[in-house]
Amino acid sequence: MTTATPPAPPRPKDVTEAGRASLEANRRRITRTSYALLAPTIVVMAVIVGYPIVLSVINSFQADARLDPATGFFVTGGFTGLTNYAHWLLQQCSTPAGTAACAQGNLGASFWTATFNTFFFTVITVALETVIGLWMAIIMNRNFRFRGLLRAAVLVPWAIPTAVTAKLFLFIFATAGIINALLGIEVIWGADLWASRFAIIIADTWKTTPFMALLILAGLQLIPEDTYEAARMDGATTVQQFFRITLPLLRPALVVAVLFRTLDALRMYDLPAILTGGGGGRGDATTTLSILVVREIQNTAVNSAAALSTITFLIVFGVAFLFIRVLGANLTGGEKKSKKVAGVR
Amino acid sequence: MKKAMRATAATVTLLLGGLGLAACSSSTTTTPGGTSSTIAKSEYGPITVVQGKDNNGVLPKYAAMWNEKHPDQKVTYKEQSDQADQQLQDLLQNFQQKLTDYDVVSTDVVWTQQLASQGYLQPLTGAYKLDESGVIPAVLNTAKYRGIQYAAPSSTDSQILYYRKDWLGDRPVPKTYEEMFKLCDIAKSKGAGCYSGQYAKYEGLTVNFSEAVNSAGGTVVNDKGEPTLDTPEAKQGLQTLVDAFKDGDIPKAAITYQEEPGRQAFEAGKLMFYTNWPYQYSLTTTGDQSFAKKNPDALGIAGFPGKSSLGGHNWAISQFSKHKGTALEFLKWYQSEEIQKFGVENASSAPVLSSVYEDQDLAKKFPYLPTLKDSLDNAVPRPGSPYYQAVSTAIQNNAYAALQGSKSVDQALTDMSTAIKQASGS
Amino acid sequence: MTTVAGPTTAAAERPVFDDRAASRVRARRRRAAGSSVRTGIQAALIVIWCLLPAYWMLITGFRRSDTVYETTLLPTTPTFDNFIQAFNPARNQLGRALLNSFGIGVLVTVIALVVGVSAAYAIARLNFPGKGLIMGAVLGASMFPGVALLTPLFSLFTQLNWQGSYQSLIIPYIAGALPLTVWTLNSFFREMPWELEEAARIDGCTAAQAFRIVILPLAAPAVFTTAILAFIGSWNEYLLASVLSNTQTQTVTVAIGNFVGSQPREIPYATTMAAGSVVTIPLIILVLIFQRRIVAGLTAGGVKG
Repeated sequence: MTTATPPAPPRPKDVTEAGRASLEANRRRITRTSYALLAPTIVVMAVIVGYPIVLSVINSFQADARLDPATGFFVTGGFTGLTNYAHWLLQQCSTPAGTAACAQGNLGASFWTATFNTFFFTVITVALETVIGLWMAIIMNRNFRFRGLLRAAVLVPWAIPTAVTAKLFLFIFATAGIINALLGIEVIWGADLWASRFAIIIADTWKTTPFMALLILAGLQLIPEDTYEAARMDGATTVQQFFRITLPLLRPALVVAVLFRTLDALRMYDLPAILTGGGGGRGDATTTLSILVVREIQNTAVNSAAALSTITFLIVFGVAFLFIRVLGANLTGGEKKSKKVAGVR
Repeated sequence: MKKAMRATAATVTLLLGGLGLAACSSSTTTTPGGTSSTIAKSEYGPITVVQGKDNNGVLPKYAAMWNEKHPDQKVTYKEQSDQADQQLQDLLQNFQQKLTDYDVVSTDVVWTQQLASQGYLQPLTGAYKLDESGVIPAVLNTAKYRGIQYAAPSSTDSQILYYRKDWLGDRPVPKTYEEMFKLCDIAKSKGAGCYSGQYAKYEGLTVNFSEAVNSAGGTVVNDKGEPTLDTPEAKQGLQTLVDAFKDGDIPKAAITYQEEPGRQAFEAGKLMFYTNWPYQYSLTTTGDQSFAKKNPDALGIAGFPGKSSLGGHNWAISQFSKHKGTALEFLKWYQSEEIQKFGVENASSAPVLSSVYEDQDLAKKFPYLPTLKDSLDNAVPRPGSPYYQAVSTAIQNNAYAALQGSKSVDQALTDMSTAIKQASGS
Repeated sequence: MTTVAGPTTAAAERPVFDDRAASRVRARRRRAAGSSVRTGIQAALIVIWCLLPAYWMLITGFRRSDTVYETTLLPTTPTFDNFIQAFNPARNQLGRALLNSFGIGVLVTVIALVVGVSAAYAIARLNFPGKGLIMGAVLGASMFPGVALLTPLFSLFTQLNWQGSYQSLIIPYIAGALPLTVWTLNSFFREMPWELEEAARIDGCTAAQAFRIVILPLAAPAVFTTAILAFIGSWNEYLLASVLSNTQTQTVTVAIGNFVGSQPREIPYATTMAAGSVVTIPLIILVLIFQRRIVAGLTAGGVKG
């Protein structure tokens, strides 16, 4: 499995005067082993993700190629400082007469709407997916006859390729589609301000809740049945068991699941792109930050798109940072916490 | 595992070596290629021809026909994705890398200017000059940038009017939007919507907006690509659509229509008039859910009630091709009458030569051809610009907001003008 | 019927020795009878929620392309045509794409798990400087808009002459799977009873052996879940594959994305939905088999308790 042989961690009894030197050697060995174990991960991530990110950040300070009015051909833009960032954050567009406020219809003008949409979708979908996912996981973890069937069914939405899911919901939410036919209504899901947002939330929740449920289920399976047994002996109700045993013990798995869902949702692209094309309302009711990035790349303004990608990255980074600070202080390292169950008496 | 690690290490070294190159290749300062009067012998050889997904499975037939005549300069087709966005992205990525594996590329008519201004296309001048006297003039215009031809039209397209002949009765077929909207009472009495085009927020909205403006006698941009939307004609164009939405003459659902949902609504009897591309004809006449299957006489087709936008594709020669001579021969071959006819018969692709439309046998087999020619004679290209995508985005966003009623027509046109100007400024 | 046998089941199956325990079991059975009805109802709700849209996909696949918009619960003129069309090698190459997706998915899953388990083990178990930084960096990779990685990766792989190669998909997919793999496994490993591993070491196992024999079986549910997520993540990827694959290496998502109707602009809803069913059903069956055989086997060999 691995070529290196990791040594056992130092145990307290090793700490003697004579052992200190060997302890030091041991620690160096552990560090070496650790990096050997981590090397493949670091290398792959650096090449496939690190390199493009660094390149994008560098490019974001370059102006995009400009048309030379004399020849009619494009010439390179050159260094431009923070102009690309101002284009998005301050909606500044450069015109022959200097900078001006971007007009509606220029992508720069959609930045704050897109930011709002992105956060709106993220908060609602992640909240829904967490609650429903938790419920699904708890049911899936129970012992009953059709558990296999249930687990297979839950996997279905997640296993259908996103491209197909998006087309499926486009079809379901079409004006002449099954939803309107079933409910006997004429809602225009593809264009109405709130209906279009709602359609995307439904589609995303349906599609990704299983991801949440599976991760939470794995967490649930690690909670020993004995813990519940003991709690029941002590007369804890089901509700008490949930809040005092399940949730605290589930926290590590739950935090990771919610964290990754949040990061994914903040970069949402396929569903709104296919369902509404980012339209609805005044024309950008379902435009997310990632949709803006793609549109800007299609406008061949790749450096400006790189700036927007970097801004998105910083926003997501900020959210993740806060998230870890608030919810998962001890996620990355340190000593293993003891498995204490809080407050079951 | 050790082996894998060594391989990874080797990979990283390779990648880091490539880093410098990658950082440089984003600059695009190419100038048009030479225009000497003869083409060197070395410019002839096998070529790769790139185009979007082949709907009709017809590419192997084209290849066989060409290869039979040119055994030493065989053509290989490369099929791209079915989606226009991805086709363009694929072209741009290959050109940016200056790859030589694409010799002839199919460009949507609205991309030609963009690709030409990036210096990716061989200008068709000097030894590369083509005889284009047979090509419909408006169609030829889509292949030019700043007066220079950069591509050869391969197929064209124009919207036509599909209507309910059984509802219209003896009344004359409308020739303008105004005439059409005056007939809306008939639609109402049948419980159907009156008219629709494509108004979802996508490229089709640019097509439909331009049609409305052009039909009202306005223009979207001038020859230099500057917006010309501050005219009464342009205002009238957009106003017509906005009013029709408000009155319900265009049904509310049309704001989500791309070509297909609109066709489906028309076939289901929910629309009296529908403007769409000619591809719809065979589907509407044969579809099981279509009124025209039960009653073929109920379907009427006519020229676009005004000025349609032009669709279609052009062939262009890559600046980086090693066999431009053969590529040029391919362009000539494709524009020949024989191949253009073959295209109609086998790939439903509308010919670019006027003469083909006069072929009586062909018109019998494809009844929409004369109608299409009517539309083509009045058709106008979409606003040409090296920044076409950004211009189109500016149009889509503002036209959409106006149609949704969340922005006044005046405000929408003002914003659109400014955004079109800013598209080329940033 | 039970599928994943985790430590939970192992505990539940322990023989009951004393009377108190026996009465406890009886009480639990009584409770279980009442709650199993409630569980059943909730399970049914979940199944309906998950399968209704999927049903619409399946049934749309049986409609003819010209009646695809009808809203009847069963197709009025059912046809198998779409399924046949989806596999028509002259047009859609779905068969080859299925093999590609499957092969790529398996490789990505196996490699990402081996690499990810090593990394997660190191981070959860060993003390070394720079741990937080590495976890942060790995997470940071999931923060950049994926669409913006396309162009740099394309130029990178072009210079390596890797366009249309399998590795140009496999390696980025591994990178895509690693953050979740490392973070999930790390969070689970940290909850493991490592005293048991130490005990095994005292019994003469090497660290690797101790990990494999003691910890891995206990972590099986987590590893298995991570494997499913990695596999489906790679199975579902579209953007990168649409840019970097060719007709030989294209994946299921690209093949389906390239479906065309008989006419340009005609959206091939029916074939797309048929293909959606065709690629999803075997995947579910595979996961079920995998779950039952392999995970059950792994867990059975593990230390109980």
